[in-house]
Amino acid sequence: MLQVKDAVVRYGAITALHGISFEVQQGEIVTLLGANGAGKTTTLRMLSGLHAPSGGQILFEGQDVTLTKAHQFSALGISHVPEGRRIFPQMTVEENLEMGAFVRSGGFGDDIEKMYSIFPILKDRRKQMGANLSGGEQQMLAIARALMARPRLLLLDEPSMGLAPMIVETIFKIIGDIRAEGTTVFLVEQNAAQALRLADRGYVMENGRIVFTDTAKNLLHDERVRAVYLGESVEGS
Amino acid sequence: MISFFTSHFATLRLEFWALLVGGVANGLIYAMVAIGYTMVYGVLRLINFAHSEIFMSGGFGGLFVLRALVGNSTPSGMSSFVLVIVGIVSGALVGAILAALLERVAYRPLRRRNAPKLAYLISAIGASYFLFNMAGKEFGRYNLAVPQIFNDHPVFTIYGAPVQLYAIIVLIAGLIMLVVLDRIVATTRLGRSIRAVAQDAETASLMGVNIDRTIATTFILGGALGGAAGFLFGLGSGVVFTMGFTPALKAFTAAVLGGIGNLRGAVIGGLLLGLVESFSVAFVNGAYIDVVAFVILVLVLLVRPTGILGERLGRAA
Repeated sequence: MLQVKDAVVRYGAITALHGISFEVQQGEIVTLLGANGAGKTTTLRMLSGLHAPSGGQILFEGQDVTLTKAHQFSALGISHVPEGRRIFPQMTVEENLEMGAFVRSGGFGDDIEKMYSIFPILKDRRKQMGANLSGGEQQMLAIARALMARPRLLLLDEPSMGLAPMIVETIFKIIGDIRAEGTTVFLVEQNAAQALRLADRGYVMENGRIVFTDTAKNLLHDERVRAVYLGESVEGS
Repeated sequence: MISFFTSHFATLRLEFWALLVGGVANGLIYAMVAIGYTMVYGVLRLINFAHSEIFMSGGFGGLFVLRALVGNSTPSGMSSFVLVIVGIVSGALVGAILAALLERVAYRPLRRRNAPKLAYLISAIGASYFLFNMAGKEFGRYNLAVPQIFNDHPVFTIYGAPVQLYAIIVLIAGLIMLVVLDRIVATTRLGRSIRAVAQDAETASLMGVNIDRTIATTFILGGALGGAAGFLFGLGSGVVFTMGFTPALKAFTAAVLGGIGNLRGAVIGGLLLGLVESFSVAFVNGAYIDVVAFVILVLVLLVRPTGILGERLGRAA
């Protein structure tokens, strides 16, 4: 579904991604792990056109999208839930959802009702301004807003950031449900344990490079991953 | 030296209604121009200091179209009505086209290379000087009267104060345009994209909003209102290449007064400024009338820099 080949991203003189390659198959949940500054967010931003790669190639469903502009991805079937949620603060919950369906023509009232059934709390808050939601509500709204475009590939950037464990639990369960309904998920997470329990496969990034990849189950038991990303000492496990 | 303060309180009592009508009419013109400043500020976070020339271009646009349509006779009745609308539409069109050009030539190239804010300011001032000097050279440096397309006369009186046809035209046209713009921004898909870009441009682009196109549209909407306002102003005071300077600076004051970035704030600021100016004849010597607006600007910046409604970017409704 998605193939990235030797992608390079530079910020001025600094190279953020040194030629990374990976792929996501239809129906998978694939997670990208790594420390702060490893290049995870840059990778996602590249995938939705916010940073054009200066080298390499990106294919989505066989189509070359390497130089596609950010505002065209939504219509292609890729939705991005950005880091920090980025809810429109002075729009109501409902207006935020409508923004998610911006590129769709025709009615999307059913989709809004569907989002309210997946995230009942949003229905209660439908007339509230985005700025007045709690962090968890904002994260749910950000995911619902992305789903309003009916994406085939959903990019999620740190959905658990700053949220209470119980809410993280809920959100990860919903990500599982989203995949079960047929949407492929590419998940960037700091919370490696949680991400690997949900994902099928994972990639591990360090300093702008992908250093290894395996099935999620193997990564969960991989000593290097356990030591660095799961915060456990190898002997103690 | 003329003394700054006067006390013509008798004027205030005798002319209250006339001053009120005049103040609201001027205020609506300020509001229409202020909206152009505030909308562009909303999406770009910068002040379009060439907006004064959009106002001027609307004055000339209406003037030339009406000159082509009207001879020496003064039309009346239905033809006056149509000509007023033609003048407004011409002013709005010329303003919109010039605004679109300005965005393309003076702003977009800077945005492409992530230029610092100061570069935009210099670019805008340069464009402004270029435009009004070109207008002065091409159209002459003296005040041109807009062809008389109606016979200005008092239509009715409020408590003895005559209300001129011109004031009624400004009131009706101004109100209609402000309400239409407010509805466009609050309820249409286009308006939603403008508000989204004002609140978070990058996220708006993830939703499929074309930022470049939205910014251009914002200039065009603000330009149309500014151009129409230029025509209405010219209809009363004549058209000249420097006509944009003072009214636009006052409209900028109105936008800051209402809360820059806030559409309704621009309207409130414009009306308030128009009224304060109008009523200030009772307290301030007429020769200093233009000073009043700028005293207000300085006071707002000192006391409440976010203006009356505060900065509610992208709220717009």
